[in-house]
Amino acid sequence: MSDWALIIYCGLITYLTRFFMIALLKKEMFNDKAREILSYVPSAIFPAIIFPAIFLDDFGVFQFEDNPKILAAAIAMIIGILSKNIIATIFTGLASYWFLIFVV
Amino acid sequence: MNSNFKIFLKGITDVSPLMIPVVPFGLIFGILSIDIGFSPLATMGMSLIIFGGASQIILLQLFSGGASSLVIISSVGAVNSRHLLYGAVVSEHVSDLKLIWKIIISYFLIDQAFAVSNEYFKKYKEKNKYFHLIGGGFTCWVVWQTTTFLGIILGAAIPEKLGLSFAIPLTFLAILVNDFRKFINVIVIIVSGLVATFGYNYIPYKAYVIVAAFTGLFVAMVLTKVIKKI
Repeated sequence: MSDWALIIYCGLITYLTRFFMIALLKKEMFNDKAREILSYVPSAIFPAIIFPAIFLDDFGVFQFEDNPKILAAAIAMIIGILSKNIIATIFTGLASYWFLIFVV
Repeated sequence: MNSNFKIFLKGITDVSPLMIPVVPFGLIFGILSIDIGFSPLATMGMSLIIFGGASQIILLQLFSGGASSLVIISSVGAVNSRHLLYGAVVSEHVSDLKLIWKIIISYFLIDQAFAVSNEYFKKYKEKNKYFHLIGGGFTCWVVWQTTTFLGIILGAAIPEKLGLSFAIPLTFLAILVNDFRKFINVIVIIVSGLVATFGYNYIPYKAYVIVAAFTGLFVAMVLTKVIKKI
């Protein structure tokens, strides 16, 4: 598949997931159970991006020792839980990471 | 009743604080995409056609890992399934609109715009309140296209040593901040993360995102059932 075909397919599926419910749903077609399960989608999917990006190196090898990303992410998470602030979470994480790799 | 334009502007002001993390995210996307080998035109094309940060990053990550097109497209679909929820919520407020407006609103139904407009929709009953979502979505569109473009240009100038790609997991971590306080969510987060990390090398076709997500959702389903019984 060419790069452009891939991009268009990905765009199409992204758009359709946005359009589907808006266009087809007539008020209460969705039961509470389905709604509740769908509310867990972010919690189910984002860790699949977060964890490997923190714990694995560029070659997919598990890195536990000598890995500043773990500590930086933990600090970001604590600040996130305490502040409930998206921006504070990201900046604390980046600042701790830079501190760990450039200063320590 | 407020004018369409006034509500549109309100959408812009409401969504603005959420645009701050989008800036590094867009820059990183532009930089990484060029780094992986996509042309500047294809990189811009992704931001215009897909217009979804998580989808685009997943695309890059799996593409550079050598995943097949089918796996990439289905992973993007899995990442996007959260939009079904947004759509379901928003549909209650826009069900009377003409199809053309639904087509336009769908393009702008993104995390940040949904988050602020959902609050607005709950509070106000005006018929033209959907302009709030268009205002928020449009703002994010402008920021996303601009930062992608800047990322493409700056790509070469930003030292790799800075480790800016670390901002990607941080951004997603930040989106989940409110979920860390809820018991079922925390379990789901840990299960999904572990499946993805340890399955990364063993789950074939780089399908670890899909497998992790479905395992997480399954756990959520079981837990909601079990906890209700108690």
